[in-house]
Amino acid sequence: MLAMNYRGPYRVRVDEKPMPVILHPEDAIVRVTRSCICGSDLHLYHGMVPDTRIGSTFGHEFCGIVEQVGPAVRDLKPGDHVLVPFNIACGKCHFCQQGLFGNCHESNAQATAVGGIFGYSHTAGGYDGGQAQYVRVPYADVGPMVIPDWMDPDDAVLLTDVVPTGYQAAEMGGIQRGDTVVVFGAGPVGLMAARSAWLFGAGRVIVIDHLDYRLEFARTFGPAEVYNFGEIDDMAVFLKKQTDGLGADVCIDAVGGDAAGSALHTLFGAKLKLEAGSAIALHWAINSVKKGGVVSIVGVYGPTGNMVPMGNVVNKGITIRANQASVRRLLPRLIEHIRAGHIDPKAMITHRVPLADIADAYHLFSAKLDGCIKPVLLPHGA
Amino acid sequence: MSRSLVDTASIPGWGSDADPGNDPTYPMRRIDDQSSRGMDWDRPAPQTPTVEVLRSIEHRRLPAVTGTATPPSGISGALRRLAFRRSESDWWHWLLLMGADRINVVEGVVEDLGRGRVPNIPAEMGIRAEWRHNRKGLATKLGIAAAGALAGYLLVRGSRDGDRSADAAGHAGHDRPGSAAIGADIHPAMRPS
Repeated sequence: MLAMNYRGPYRVRVDEKPMPVILHPEDAIVRVTRSCICGSDLHLYHGMVPDTRIGSTFGHEFCGIVEQVGPAVRDLKPGDHVLVPFNIACGKCHFCQQGLFGNCHESNAQATAVGGIFGYSHTAGGYDGGQAQYVRVPYADVGPMVIPDWMDPDDAVLLTDVVPTGYQAAEMGGIQRGDTVVVFGAGPVGLMAARSAWLFGAGRVIVIDHLDYRLEFARTFGPAEVYNFGEIDDMAVFLKKQTDGLGADVCIDAVGGDAAGSALHTLFGAKLKLEAGSAIALHWAINSVKKGGVVSIVGVYGPTGNMVPMGNVVNKGITIRANQASVRRLLPRLIEHIRAGHIDPKAMITHRVPLADIADAYHLFSAKLDGCIKPVLLPHGA
Repeated sequence: MSRSLVDTASIPGWGSDADPGNDPTYPMRRIDDQSSRGMDWDRPAPQTPTVEVLRSIEHRRLPAVTGTATPPSGISGALRRLAFRRSESDWWHWLLLMGADRINVVEGVVEDLGRGRVPNIPAEMGIRAEWRHNRKGLATKLGIAAAGALAGYLLVRGSRDGDRSADAAGHAGHDRPGSAAIGADIHPAMRPS
């Protein structure tokens, strides 16, 4: 089969790889019909995530047709069209019992801090991902969900990560009716966080980025007030002016370690790797939220450390909430929202690319060329 | 009161998930339906290992299911094994893994060459997308690369010319104080001809 093959920072290609096989009674093999490149794949692509091995196949946002199931799989059968959450979760452990499917304790040998994630380095379990024609899906009865007949597959594939991650970012913000919410990052997750903030009753939603084409999209997709940080001298002062001097009720970091906007953080975090990525979006979030406010983090950082103003977290009494999205927990509600027309995830898709052209797709997305917001790979063609 | 530029009445589903109970102190986790807080849940059947899987020393036991992609190998694999002697909380664990990742890139090129394949690095870096959508940027990058290569070439050439001049000066000045002693320390085979 054809699969994406990571060759080093900024280098990927497609190669023939062996077909995946059932390795556990609860496994399924899925023929991938759609697979996205996620903004967090760019952290891998840029060489920022430790234990990203040459020869790995990325891809944690995918849907497809079940080809084969292990002897212990009860709910899925060959031929089912399923969306596969990015979390690999057993459904039985201490954490899965609490609905924390992103923190499963039975799916990642290499680390305890995060559960298994498809195609996201050995730090997230060492699983091959869905940027391939076929993929092994462990715990097939726990994560995957059969796509409803009425649902557009483009919406389905975005339910595997982007939509629940953006929604959970808003949920973790503890947004109360009338709250002012600032979202840092107008990528797909930030866009969904902005859209979701309204569902929780936000009174005002502001999106910050430096790419005008993404801000224009956020203006209508959110809909949100948008500001280009390249034109702002001091983020904390600017946002306080925007919020009657007190700061926002909720700030959401939907950027993570690839953030632009600070030469210092770019040097230490992105270039020298002395930080676990550039933490300027988080820095701004902490300093722009009001006292007693909430900072919600879904942006991905590496596992080491970052320079952020912890003193202000204490002095301002800020609550920080963060996690990988618990996709399975959120799916039923999000499907309702799509059915009701409250959200339209597929509107974010800007590019459809054959798997064979994956190197171009990664570069396009990474370099923000051609107005790219969300690229979808088609492993078996259209 | 902060003012919105968007009329919330125009947002489909506005406020439908508003939850006054979800204030910042509201726990995400549900702990009311747990009978135990230890590692005594009904475990899934364990996967039979088929490749080497490195295990975090913070794990008391191997998780029931493991990834089998790209097991550790070569020099990078040895470094990774070393890294996994330390916990996730130890900076060295991650620094060793990052170092292994960089060595692994070189191993990948060697592996390609060993299979008779010269990696097409520009294609792997998506040069076609750059050509299609950012020709000016591509030209700038190529210009910078060419200037860098030229500067490097001139530097090396200048350095060689300097060596030759120094050698010539050495030959010419062999009877100057010190020069004979330096030459005497060099094995005859290593002396410049």
